[in-house]
Amino acid sequence: MKYQVQENCLTVYLPREVDHHNAEEIRREADAVIDRNHIKYVIFDFERTDFMDSSGIGVIMGRYKTVSLIGGEVWAVHASERIKKILILSGVTKIMQIYEEDAV
Amino acid sequence: MKHTNEMEIRFDSRSANEGFARVAVASFLTQLNPTVEEVADVKTAVSEAVTNAIIHGYENEVHKVYIRCRIEENIFTVEIRDKGKGIENVEEAMQPMYTTRPDQDRSGMGFSFMEAFMDSLEVESEPGKGTRVKMKKTIGKGREIWTTQSL
Repeated sequence: MKYQVQENCLTVYLPREVDHHNAEEIRREADAVIDRNHIKYVIFDFERTDFMDSSGIGVIMGRYKTVSLIGGEVWAVHASERIKKILILSGVTKIMQIYEEDAV
Repeated sequence: MKHTNEMEIRFDSRSANEGFARVAVASFLTQLNPTVEEVADVKTAVSEAVTNAIIHGYENEVHKVYIRCRIEENIFTVEIRDKGKGIENVEEAMQPMYTTRPDQDRSGMGFSFMEAFMDSLEVESEPGKGTRVKMKKTIGKGREIWTTQSL
């Protein structure tokens, strides 16, 4: 898993495909980093991602459960139209903000 | 005579094969000249069903997953089948957010995604025997009209 930690913020650079197979590794490694670095904010970067199924939604929900306990947040960046559709359809946008570049 | 075509694949229920299953089905689908969106819809639905077979049907043991695709004119049918433990209550399993594995970060959205991205979804299951998921999607809805007019 590619990631970057800046203070209490973790950015996870998601792979091209986020399915059950890849989700396992992301989940395991993200949890280790969150625990070790006292992470409060998790950013999922979809720059490279062109496929995601409900396993990816599970990863987001799980990380939200962890950081929300200490008042943290989860964000999505660089989400394509397809990824946005998946995020909105799953209802995960109720707990996660989608960062829109052009809105800033 | 109607234009038909079929293919079947059988593979081990290893998570590494989820990507293979999606790509194999998507590549068979290309003969219908689908849009990028339609391909993505089918890939997502297939991924959900195959993941269910691996995690829930076979509970991560390695057995065979079977996929059969059929094309009849512009109707695409895909069946994903396992000979695993089956589902006690299909109706309950199909409820959005229902999951038997919240500890494993399963979102419970699998069947909802299949329903959302395909035109129809049928689930047959028998405890101890296995599960069969049958989905259909009409490819290129309304595209014919546009083609004939522009020519």
